Amino acid sequence: MSLDLRIPMGLMFLIIGALLAIYGIFTRGSEIYSRSAGMDINLIWGIVMLVFGLSMFLLGRRGDKHPKAPPVEGTARPLGH
Amino acid sequence: MNLTTIDWLIMLLYFVFVLGIGFALKRFMKTSKDFLQAGRALPAWICGLAFISANLGAQEVIGMGASGAKYGIVTSHFYWIGAIPAMIFVGVFMMPFYYGSKARSVPEFLRLRFDEKTRAWNACSFALMTVFSSGISMYAMARLIQTLHVFDKLFIHLGLPLDWIFHFAIILSAVIVLCYIFLGGLTSAIYNEVLQFFLIVAGFLPLVWVGLKNVGGWSGLKASLPSAYMHSWQGMGSSHTNPLGVDWFGLVAGLGFVLSFGYWCTDFLVIQTAMAANSEESARRVPLIAAIPKMFFPFLVILPGLIAIGTPMVTRHVMGQAAPVGMTATTSGSENLSAGRGLIPAKVDPVSGKIMLDTQGQPVLDYDLAIPNMLLHYFPTGILGLGLTALLASFMSGMAGNVTAFNTVWTFDLYQSYINKGASDAHYLKMGRWTTVVGILISMGTAYVVLGFNNIMDTLQLVFSIVNAPLFATFLLGMFWKRSTGHAAFIGLVSGTLAAVLHHGLTVPAATATGIHGGWLHVVHVYPSAMALNFYQAIFAFTVNFVLTVLISLVTKPRPESELVGLVYSLTPKPVEHHMAWYARPSVIAVGLLVLLVGLNLIFK
Repeated sequence: MSLDLRIPMGLMFLIIGALLAIYGIFTRGSEIYSRSAGMDINLIWGIVMLVFGLSMFLLGRRGDKHPKAPPVEGTARPLGH
Repeated sequence: MNLTTIDWLIMLLYFVFVLGIGFALKRFMKTSKDFLQAGRALPAWICGLAFISANLGAQEVIGMGASGAKYGIVTSHFYWIGAIPAMIFVGVFMMPFYYGSKARSVPEFLRLRFDEKTRAWNACSFALMTVFSSGISMYAMARLIQTLHVFDKLFIHLGLPLDWIFHFAIILSAVIVLCYIFLGGLTSAIYNEVLQFFLIVAGFLPLVWVGLKNVGGWSGLKASLPSAYMHSWQGMGSSHTNPLGVDWFGLVAGLGFVLSFGYWCTDFLVIQTAMAANSEESARRVPLIAAIPKMFFPFLVILPGLIAIGTPMVTRHVMGQAAPVGMTATTSGSENLSAGRGLIPAKVDPVSGKIMLDTQGQPVLDYDLAIPNMLLHYFPTGILGLGLTALLASFMSGMAGNVTAFNTVWTFDLYQSYINKGASDAHYLKMGRWTTVVGILISMGTAYVVLGFNNIMDTLQLVFSIVNAPLFATFLLGMFWKRSTGHAAFIGLVSGTLAAVLHHGLTVPAATATGIHGGWLHVVHVYPSAMALNFYQAIFAFTVNFVLTVLISLVTKPRPESELVGLVYSLTPKPVEHHMAWYARPSVIAVGLLVLLVGLNLIFK
């Protein structure tokens, strides 16, 4: 299959992470964070998701450029009918 | 529920990506193999994550959170005893036969190993069960969306009646799932299951983190709960001294062996993801890779249930005052919270509007709201959208897995085998595609039937448990005893199912009226709980199937050994492992997993 899932998945997490983080920056110190034990959870978790998405995306891009070697010969076993 | 633009944006983004993946995959769908078996070309890690994700429907997420709130850590048995050993077994021992036999589905394996009638029985019962459970998933999602008032503001804004929300939710989920499967087949379903896996982790990890922080960390949680909540093995000696109402034998033999092996080793819903892997080696690693996150999932889905119980009243009051005007319901059912426990509200009678009481006059708690209320209580807008999206994603991928399994079994095992044999591959590809539409339509029908009849959900779940209970004996004997025959397998399987029906008719859980919950023939035994009845029923069905298959095999003529190469353990060369790095060998991973499993059970004993 020539669509590497890591690319769209990475992109999705990247965009959602960025959105959350930006929203978190603009709502810093807002009353809404009394829910999440005082933490700016949008900013913190947005950054976590952004980093995860970016690494997935980059890994997928790298994997696309270096296609994997075919499986080692002789590892397939005789099959039934 | 107070959703803002950012929440909607996140939800919308998810839908865009889901459909985008479907469209991107469309051009690769050239043969029926591409569409129904993902071309057998996916890497192990993708299949591995899809393997657990297929099982992680929202009923699972909501249900496990509910059990966590109701019973405590003991719920983790459903993950540890009830999944890991079976996942290790299917990876190490059974996958070489599923993958290596070139069977395209689990029922097809039964035809290769046994005969046509055993396959037909399994294919029919399986096909029916998958579309029904997909329908139940759809129904559960629509109900949850209603209960949480997700779309209420949108509907009021557009001037539409609120009664339509149920239909809207059903149609929306049906259309989205239909689109991405119709376009990208099993690959699309698997990719979206992986997406959902990461979304669930991304949505629930911060929930556990914030929740734990709020109740004062692990020690704070421990202090706020009864001590029985924090142990998984305490009181397992007798069914009367633990919250599940099951003794250790019923738990280990019923759940840990029969039910769990019956599910993880034979259910095509999960096996299809492993069979889509790009090599036999990968296929063997799929369940083992899946077992690693599975082992830690209790911390993600059960722990929120415990935190929901442990969340003290004080914060809730503070929260209530802090909430801006117009946010009347910060948590769903907040008016009933005073009668509830922690974040779990009491159940309200939909007709009289009064709090429901049990036979001792205590309020009945609505544990299914544990996870949704946790999301609403601890998540501010922004990340709340993420949490809700994760929940919606898990509903949809649960449906999608069922629909693709239905596609394959219908197209290969029923249509190609009995209705239209020698057609072109293009014809079967088309059939597979359009079966998606039929599968989704039946699911929608089921969802509405469940809505209309109170008991139908219980009945369907009862049927699932009866059909699944004896299955594992057939596969076990088929793969590991070359003497077992087709006639024996068929009679054993049918008798095992009948034994389960009979057992259900003759026994009943304590303090339950006879009928749908058991004892509709005559009560000869009373079990301490419904769970105990279910576990022992599985043990009975399995034993009947096992004994009968062995006995009848001994008096019927076995197939020549040459026909069974690649299908039976003793006649098949063992998989080669020496060329792999030591840590990548399935047997080494299996031992590592077992050590971890024992460790976790010792920590939380």
